[in-house]
Amino acid sequence: MKIHEYQAKSVLARYGVPVPRGEVTFSADNVGDIARRLGGSVTVVKAQIHAGGRGKGGGVKLAKSPEEAQNIAKQMLGMTLVTHQTGPEGRKVGRVLVEEGLQIDRELYLSIVIDRATACPVVIASAAGGMDIEEVAESHPEQILREPIDPGTGIVPFQARKLGFGMGLGAGPTQKLVGVLTSIYKAFIETDASMIEINPLILTKGGDLLALDAKVSFDDNAMYRHPDLKELRDLEEEDPLEVEASKFSLNYIRLDGTIGCMVNGAGLAMATMDIIKLSGGEPANFLDVGGGANAEQIRNAFKILTSDKNVRAVLINIFGGILRCDVLAQGVIAAVKELGVPVPIVIRMEGTNVEEGKRLLKESGLNFTTADSMGEAANTVVALAKKA
Amino acid sequence: MAVLLDKNTRLIVQGLTGREGTFHAKQAAAYGTTVVGGVTPGKGGSTHEGWPIFNSVHDAMRETGANATVIFVPPPFAADAVMEAADAGIPLAVCITEGIPTVDMLRAVTFMKGKSTRLVGPNCPGVISAGKAKAGIIPGHICKEGRIGIVSKSGTLTYEAIHQLTRQGMGQTTCIGIGGDPLIGTSHIDALKLFADDPDTEAVIMIGEIGGTAEEDAADFIKREFKKPVVGFIAGQTAPPGRRMGHAGAIIAGGKGTAAEKMAALTKAGVHVVKSPADMGAKMREVLGK
Repeated sequence: MKIHEYQAKSVLARYGVPVPRGEVTFSADNVGDIARRLGGSVTVVKAQIHAGGRGKGGGVKLAKSPEEAQNIAKQMLGMTLVTHQTGPEGRKVGRVLVEEGLQIDRELYLSIVIDRATACPVVIASAAGGMDIEEVAESHPEQILREPIDPGTGIVPFQARKLGFGMGLGAGPTQKLVGVLTSIYKAFIETDASMIEINPLILTKGGDLLALDAKVSFDDNAMYRHPDLKELRDLEEEDPLEVEASKFSLNYIRLDGTIGCMVNGAGLAMATMDIIKLSGGEPANFLDVGGGANAEQIRNAFKILTSDKNVRAVLINIFGGILRCDVLAQGVIAAVKELGVPVPIVIRMEGTNVEEGKRLLKESGLNFTTADSMGEAANTVVALAKKA
Repeated sequence: MAVLLDKNTRLIVQGLTGREGTFHAKQAAAYGTTVVGGVTPGKGGSTHEGWPIFNSVHDAMRETGANATVIFVPPPFAADAVMEAADAGIPLAVCITEGIPTVDMLRAVTFMKGKSTRLVGPNCPGVISAGKAKAGIIPGHICKEGRIGIVSKSGTLTYEAIHQLTRQGMGQTTCIGIGGDPLIGTSHIDALKLFADDPDTEAVIMIGEIGGTAEEDAADFIKREFKKPVVGFIAGQTAPPGRRMGHAGAIIAGGKGTAAEKMAALTKAGVHVVKSPADMGAKMREVLGK
């Protein structure tokens, strides 16, 4: 689960990570007041969307007076911000963060993720902060420092010092980095974060370290034990159909093709998308109905699939292990009868009780096309989608 | 022979008294697996469907001589169950549970370092040795005894591979679902090492998916020392970057973990990579020249 920058900063601040003073607002009306409260000669207005690259897209601006800050906020709120991470359709800005301006001496990069290969959290740090870290990794790999953390001990001060001196910080800031990293690591573990990225972490002219930007995402599997963090989810940032699907515990991701797919199991669902593409079509979605799908789930899945107006044909690919093919067939028949699905449906099923399932489909009197293999199913559905 | 499970397996089920645990314990027994009991803390001393229930894995091992456990424990308690199994020193623990928080698995994996238990999973369909025994949810009736090993991150895609092989008249030694989570006990390489030492396994189907670098690591290993033929498939060739595709581990992050990179690495290592998931069985037949 992703959250906004201002939310990430407030979570980090709770753990003692220094962040700039600032306030978030949904309306431009109070931006002048916020800027006056912050004081100082410069304030920063930052659009809050779940995507990076906001600066280049015009989503981060400096204001020299409270009036200017208010004007900037007025333009920003409601605008569609396009960055390299949003795709061409962009994201609508619904809230802005107004922050104090700071005198920056250096910009650094810090992040914590879990390294799968070593099964350890790893801190990644770089003296080349404020830039796209993937570009830095590409062009100057020597500027990327990695420090694996033993989950048993957590981060040890010498490790933070190693990174501080490695980034060319002096003794004072390095000592401060020990505190900052200890706090970030604690936040990472205690909030079940899957990533914390601070880019840039700034060293001010006054010698302080602050998180000028922050990106935090959480492990969806752990959200059951963080009701407070769960509240930070912003549904406006997500596709409405994906939000709807998540209410039914369906794993659905909307794509831009024309062939809707319904599959059981994540691997098979990805493989089904792949074979559609290989057959000359484009998948409209990823949809995993799960191993224990029942008739109700199948009906819900159909509803979501057919709400996508780009869908010209549907491919159902089910390998029945626990889920029996006859139960699946009954679910599909009931859903189609109730919802009146207006596009051709190709069904490929295999596994437990497959003969019975096929018989039910045949005798339903509904216009299904069945296929015996994944390859045949994909070719058939692509042909039907092109005709439709 | 087979790997991990055979006729000498004595299986316990952690979470036997739950709905899933009960169903799959019966399925395993019906397949011919020697299921010797279950563990549900607090229900020790009772019986469930004829099986004795114990309070701990220690107790269950002492009383039944169990040498493998399959874990059907809900996500909030599953990492605890894994660590308990490791502490008891059971040789094999297969964790089916999907949705365990990564931080919990981080603790479990750290706890298990230096201990003798092999963990398979979590978030996996388990292990089946065709015609011998199973621990998990892979349907037994699609398998056929034979000479192909399967290692896969996916559940139903593994069934698909088994089915294609069986249709081609080729059976399986052991099918290992290693799971789609970021932190797992047994990697592709670990599974390949087991198959390397199994004289009955003639060739391997390896199924991977986007995310992480496990497939690239496996490619290195295959190139260096794995001598048996491997047919490979990577799911997620059309997956958009930055999105988690159902499995917690299936995400292309920062441009890394794409199917294209993995397929290229495997091809370079001499693996027979198929683009289409429909071609796994046919490719194996072609490779073995039968």
